[in-house]
Amino acid sequence: MDIYKYLRKEKLPHIWCPGCGHGTILNSFVRAFDKSGLNQDKTVVISGIGCSGRATGYLNFDSLHTTHGRAIAFATGVKMANPELNVIVMTGDGDGAAIGGNHLIHAARRNIDLTVILFNNQIYGMTGGQFSPMTPEGANATTAPYGNIDRNFDLCQLTKAAGATFTARGATFNPRQLTNIIKKALLHKGFSFVESFTQCPVRYGKLNQTADPVDMLKLQKQKTADIKKWLQFSDEEKEIIYPLGVLNEEINPENEYTFRYQKIIEKTLEKGVL
Amino acid sequence: MVRYEMRLSGAGGQGLVLAGLIMADSAVMVEEFNVSQTQSYGPESRGGASRAEIVYGEDQIDFPKVMKPDLLVCLTQASFDEYGDDLKPYGIMILDSSIDISEIDESLQDTAYQIPIIDTAEAKMKNKIYANMIVLGIISKILAEQIPAEFIKKSIIDNVPAETIDNNLEAFEIGREIRLKKRSYAHGKI
Amino acid sequence: MTKTKVYKPQKRGILVQGDQAVVEGALAAGVEFFAGYPITPASEIAEGFARELPKVGGKFLQMEDEIAGMAAIVGASLAGKKAITATSGPGFSLKQENLGFAIMIEAPLVVVNVQRVGPSTGLPTSPSQGDVMQSRWGRNGDQPIIVLAPASVQECFDLSITAVNFSEKYRQPVILLLDEVIGHLREKIIIKKAEELDIWERKRPALNERRNNFNPYQETDDLIPPMPDYGSGFRYHASGLFHDQTGFPSGKNKTAKNLMDRLTKKITANLSEILLYEKDVRKEDQAAVLSFGSAVRTAISAVHTARKAGLKVGYFKLKTIWPFPEEEVAKLAEEVDTIIVPELNQGQLIGEVKKAAGCKADVIGINDYSGLLLKPEEIRSVLEEVL
Repeated sequence: MDIYKYLRKEKLPHIWCPGCGHGTILNSFVRAFDKSGLNQDKTVVISGIGCSGRATGYLNFDSLHTTHGRAIAFATGVKMANPELNVIVMTGDGDGAAIGGNHLIHAARRNIDLTVILFNNQIYGMTGGQFSPMTPEGANATTAPYGNIDRNFDLCQLTKAAGATFTARGATFNPRQLTNIIKKALLHKGFSFVESFTQCPVRYGKLNQTADPVDMLKLQKQKTADIKKWLQFSDEEKEIIYPLGVLNEEINPENEYTFRYQKIIEKTLEKGVL
Repeated sequence: MVRYEMRLSGAGGQGLVLAGLIMADSAVMVEEFNVSQTQSYGPESRGGASRAEIVYGEDQIDFPKVMKPDLLVCLTQASFDEYGDDLKPYGIMILDSSIDISEIDESLQDTAYQIPIIDTAEAKMKNKIYANMIVLGIISKILAEQIPAEFIKKSIIDNVPAETIDNNLEAFEIGREIRLKKRSYAHGKI
Repeated sequence: MTKTKVYKPQKRGILVQGDQAVVEGALAAGVEFFAGYPITPASEIAEGFARELPKVGGKFLQMEDEIAGMAAIVGASLAGKKAITATSGPGFSLKQENLGFAIMIEAPLVVVNVQRVGPSTGLPTSPSQGDVMQSRWGRNGDQPIIVLAPASVQECFDLSITAVNFSEKYRQPVILLLDEVIGHLREKIIIKKAEELDIWERKRPALNERRNNFNPYQETDDLIPPMPDYGSGFRYHASGLFHDQTGFPSGKNKTAKNLMDRLTKKITANLSEILLYEKDVRKEDQAAVLSFGSAVRTAISAVHTARKAGLKVGYFKLKTIWPFPEEEVAKLAEEVDTIIVPELNQGQLIGEVKKAAGCKADVIGINDYSGLLLKPEEIRSVLEEVL
């Protein structure tokens, strides 16, 4: 597999800190893309602001590095204007779940054929360690010096409830599974959402006594379980352990938004209203 | 006709914005006329104040709003109280007969047409929403030399929902049949 | 009185509302994409596109908010479509960040702002010209912008086409600045046929440049880099960060200055095409009324009646308000003693007029910010005072 053809090698090394998990997600993405068989020239990758936002610059596709939180809204415009394009959004927990949370649920509601990969490092890394909607309760952040009291979203449940027809969760400690999940998400016709846990040793770790990336990966493993195993858990265990894998998949390409709009175009043309 | 100004006023829901649109659309059919139409309404779809204005004439229309109406229609007391004084000297005022005009100048009282527009709509059409078409019927007689009644009819057909065309045209004819008292001066001359 | 006419359906002159004329103009100019959010008094534009776009195979999107509407048209523009959105003051405020992004990545698109009285929710159904400065400076940072202001329904149609044309030619977001009076006004206009129109397209690179180290922000002689459509194989990067010719972020101060200079110059080098105005100032005129948008209607009405009364006054009507025609106004200041600037705000464009006029002419503002259209007699009375 030549994964380098999907990377802008001249832009490497990337700016992510040593030990950061974002490179692992990028690695899983290019491998998944290769396996998907999609056309590289007909694919657009779009990101917002934050550490995740820099991912698109390293990818050898048409790419767009947009404003904070709005990547999904830009992507909706690209996809709607040309439904032949594969449109992929890379966002973070601050970018996608806080400032961009409204766009996330509305894109899910429309079931427009985008793939959103949310890099969840549970912190605002680039701006120095402020808490995000995904920072665990009780964890420290520069803006939660006495411990975070904000509750989290379950982003997979949230997007599913909003109408996403594909939701999945992966983690950087298990890149093979993550690759597999992303490949399925890329091939899904409809709104597909992939959340991936990723470690931030420099910002999150240092504030929370887990600055060693290997320890952080081990912690990821402890706090997650494959969906098949997870379903056997007691309700108490389910409360504290996150399921990994494809959590929800509804196959109905005719429910996809650009497909449905195309039907409106055909209807107006049929009526001869031109 | 260099510039002719018309204002239709009343309450929201009386269909005056639609009537204004129909008048403007009819004036457009007169080849020589330029036409501007504006409206003003509050946030309410029903009730509140409503006003439609039409300016037309052979000149280029610089200012698009009515300054001194040549023709003023008021269907409510509130609209009459607000706009009654704006009328151009020797202009035409068409008022619903529910409006009390005892406080205005006597010369104006003589020249205003007081017509039971809303009552007629209720009596003959069984629905006061047709008051606007009765107004158009009345106007079509007064302005016959400027805008032919058939232009207004065509415009009604173009602008009302298909299933209501017959009723609207019937109300329009009822308006045309209303006899207007003779006026002591020729309309439109200043 | 006009004699009774025989009914002839008029093929060309039809009654159209200002907002709808914007839709018709944009469609004539080749717009295939609208995304936006409902807001008074611009909702008729969204409704018009929702109805008309699918008939030509175009796309209409009602987004979850104003910000998303702006973002979506940038995306559509990058995908190769002529794209437009419409809003009013409060929504225009929300769109500013992504509008700045569009200016930075040089995405051709049009933003229509049908102004209402502000600040804040203000008077939603009343006219205002309060967004003159928001149009110019609403975003962070310096930047070029083109703002066109129609004064009639015919101009809504004509300038809607011009706005799309300018945006395509200069890779530049263009703002079409209406106000409530012009947006809701219905007038008899002529919708020109396709063959009578001059429609411009963005410059696209030749497909054989795809693998040849293509620079999406190359420095061409005309300062406007050719723009490929997403999906056509160029695999290029666009970013709101300062970037060099390759499109990739560069933190170098020299690169930042180069880009700013080019963005500015691509507009200032083409002022002769971009600055649109009408001037009627006679040799003997001692005063001129300078106006834009709905205030033009009041101004010209006042000038016409004043001239009939023998007053020596002319008018200068701006269709392009940004970039501001500094040289033309400086020249006007040499021709007349007084320039009167009526505006439906507390005095925004008048600052530019004063700057351009220097001490060569007196500049007097007439301002109404109560939600009413200025009346001709308000200008007339000032004219009588100064002449």
